[in-house]
Amino acid sequence: MAYALRESLRAFRRAPVLAALSAAMIALSLFLVGLFGVAAWNVRRVLERVESRVEIMAYLRDDAAPEAVTVAQTDIAAFPEVREVNYVSKEHALLKAREELPEFAAVFGDLESNPLPASLEVLLRPNQSGPEAVEAVAERLRAYPFIEDVRFGSEWLDKVYLLRRVAGATTAALGSAFAIVAALIIGATIRMAIYARRDEILIMRLVGATESFVRRPFLLEGLFTGLLGGLIALGATRLAFTITSGALFELEWLPFEWVLGGLTAGALMGVIASGIAVRRYLRAV
Amino acid sequence: MIRLIDVRKEYARGGLALDSVSFQLRKGELCFLTGHSGAGKSTVMRLIHMAERPTRGEVRVSGYSSTSIRPREVALLRRKIGVVFQDFRLLQDRPASANVAFALEVTGARPVVIRSKVSRLLAQVGLAAKSEALPAELSGGEQQRVAIARALAHDPLVLLADEPTGNLDERATNGVFELIRDINAAGTAVLFATHNLDLVRRHPELRVIELDHGRIVFDSASNGGD
Repeated sequence: MAYALRESLRAFRRAPVLAALSAAMIALSLFLVGLFGVAAWNVRRVLERVESRVEIMAYLRDDAAPEAVTVAQTDIAAFPEVREVNYVSKEHALLKAREELPEFAAVFGDLESNPLPASLEVLLRPNQSGPEAVEAVAERLRAYPFIEDVRFGSEWLDKVYLLRRVAGATTAALGSAFAIVAALIIGATIRMAIYARRDEILIMRLVGATESFVRRPFLLEGLFTGLLGGLIALGATRLAFTITSGALFELEWLPFEWVLGGLTAGALMGVIASGIAVRRYLRAV
Repeated sequence: MIRLIDVRKEYARGGLALDSVSFQLRKGELCFLTGHSGAGKSTVMRLIHMAERPTRGEVRVSGYSSTSIRPREVALLRRKIGVVFQDFRLLQDRPASANVAFALEVTGARPVVIRSKVSRLLAQVGLAAKSEALPAELSGGEQQRVAIARALAHDPLVLLADEPTGNLDERATNGVFELIRDINAAGTAVLFATHNLDLVRRHPELRVIELDHGRIVFDSASNGGD
């Protein structure tokens, strides 16, 4: 392993411009992935916040028996999707309407009787607020005879989820495209390194070095190139984040797992690309 | 120790390189392999080195067979076979000592072993005083000696010498050949491919196998087909 490590580092010393160029190209590819990752992460966080506010309003008939409503409230709270159920009385509904809609204060003040219905406000668990789950809960609520109407803004919810799916698919597609570009660059760099050391490889094989021994320095070179590119990309992404977050939007930095995943992906790309390049070469000679 | 049994080698583009070649090289033997360019000498060397497999027949080297050897075993077998070529194949950016050490480094030898063995091998080939010279600073004969020292790094059972004197003048040729004879006298078998018939004629006591168009047309030991 000491030999492989020494030789892989020697490759950086022997052709520093080539090594720097390939690391820079990988860094550029991963930087673009990183920028999109920051965007995707922030879209995801916004959607999570929106999702956490998804609620279903079940409006009760005026003649609903309080005992039946109390029993139903306990039943609904036991649904696996449901986090919390709050009873909103007619009076409380009116009070809230006056608070939230001050421009209609005069209208609410002139009322002879309270026209607003009592309701059950059903809040869902964070991972149970998708359109299907919401629709399923709403369907069960409609089955109660004293529930007159169920509202949850289905169209709006569908759009939020569509946006999330599009963001996810775009991240995956762009990430894969850039990953392929980065892998091709590493592969080309390693092919050049192999070409520069073809005499050495030939002699290694003549004197009985194993194939894995021959491959090891190139795999390490790919690993270091990928890792170096990843670190440069991380620095550049962080810089872009700091500038944008301070001046334009309030953004959240990527979670540690994403950063680690990005660096690992860079290193893995380096190893895989150089592995393919060196394997092809060794088969050909 | 080395046995070729009814070996045929065809190339998709190059046609027939060897046909019905059978011979045996015994432990400690020194044998010339002669023939014109393209007669098949280098193909025999490559087959023994397991760089290629025969199209038909079998090559057996030190207990390994071309029909069943696995890739990892090829590497191990090559540590028992030293190889030298006409063009020396030295690493030009490294001194003589590093070229010899390279063969040991890439097979995982310990630094202390490498140091002592490199000194001994360079002394054996008469280059102790030039251990730090780069190949470009050495004569052709000296470069071939470095290549021989490298080939001996693993104490091989056999030395395959593929036209080792092809690029050398007469004096250097004789020097290299005498070195190879010394190595053979110490117990290493040698298969010496050459088209230098003067050299062959000067050593009538040694076995000669002559190839022509991929077939053995003469074997002084008359043991073809064993």
